[in-house]
Amino acid sequence: MFTNSTQGYGLISVLFHWLLALLIPGLFALGVWMVELDYYSEWYHRAPAIHKAVGVSVVGLMILRWIWLRLNPRVLPLMHADWEHLAAKTVHALLYLGVLLLGTSGYLIATAEGQGVKVFDVFEVPPLSAEALFERQADLAGEIHVYVAYGLMALVVLHVAGALKHHFIDRDATLRRMLGKR
Amino acid sequence: MAINTMKRVAAKQAGTRSNKKVAAALLASALLALSPMVAAAPVNYTIDTQGMHASINFKIQHLGYSWLTGRFEKFGGSYVYDADNVANSKVEVEIDTASINSNHAERDKHLRSADFLNVQKYPQARFESRKVSGSDSEMVIDGQLTLNGVTRDVTITAHKIGEGKDPWGGYRSGFSGATELTLADYGITYNLGPASTKVWLELNIEGVRK
Repeated sequence: MFTNSTQGYGLISVLFHWLLALLIPGLFALGVWMVELDYYSEWYHRAPAIHKAVGVSVVGLMILRWIWLRLNPRVLPLMHADWEHLAAKTVHALLYLGVLLLGTSGYLIATAEGQGVKVFDVFEVPPLSAEALFERQADLAGEIHVYVAYGLMALVVLHVAGALKHHFIDRDATLRRMLGKR
Repeated sequence: MAINTMKRVAAKQAGTRSNKKVAAALLASALLALSPMVAAAPVNYTIDTQGMHASINFKIQHLGYSWLTGRFEKFGGSYVYDADNVANSKVEVEIDTASINSNHAERDKHLRSADFLNVQKYPQARFESRKVSGSDSEMVIDGQLTLNGVTRDVTITAHKIGEGKDPWGGYRSGFSGATELTLADYGITYNLGPASTKVWLELNIEGVRK
């Protein structure tokens, strides 16, 4: 029930998937919204604080999820065309990469002047150094953060489009499997 | 050459107290003969950003409850100062706007963005004096400040702190000045609240004679 089998995903993997499916686009929306906030908005400080805390959590979840996936039996792919396997694999890898890049660049923005990243009031991720690691750190990391975020959302669109194609056009079990059905 | 010889002589003679005095007097007169007592006016100075005996600071009210201060880390410039006639003086300062530092990474990133200094588009702020009047203790420097791509007349009130020889063979003078800017005048309209529409700039400038 909790673990994956060769035929389908267990509850843990399913929860990882849908939790992240909620949090990642949520972080994107929050990020786009919060940078436009007025100084007098009551969300001016709260929104970035939540964004950072959830951001750190998402990177943590992605790493745990990857470890969980490795510990479990490999779920065998369904019968698809070769190009579909390749596309799916590439998009999956890029989704991981995108989240890691977003986490890294976000961390580099927040810690550019030696401040840590607070995760709610639970703990603080310390900065790597008391000073910037490279010139214009916050600005460059900020630009990367924005571009990667939009890129990641484009990948999410592809990922969702793929799932919907399998469900409605191919009428196969791809999406149902991700809902935990075997 | 003459000084070196005298220094050597002075060192040799340094055995007794009276000899020390003689040596000191000889050394002093030799130095006096070689360098003028007071810099002849007008004198050109480079702002000492190499040894960083200068700073450009700002302060702005936070919500009307306190002062937020910061500074620009990178700037440079030069000035002419005439101790006999202040009106002959002039000053030019260039500021690297991206070097703004208020000791908070995310705020500084925001200050560099298009909401405030728009440093990608306008990496440099510049002040150039047009007219200097008043006295050493109350100088009025009228000039033009270009900030965020907008050039406007500003008046800096300043005063001389001091001038004279430094211990390393150079000649220096130093001033302190301040001015008040209305952010909206420079196209900076991000709403920081009614108490925070103006920013005070404070310039501490030490120059080394060119």
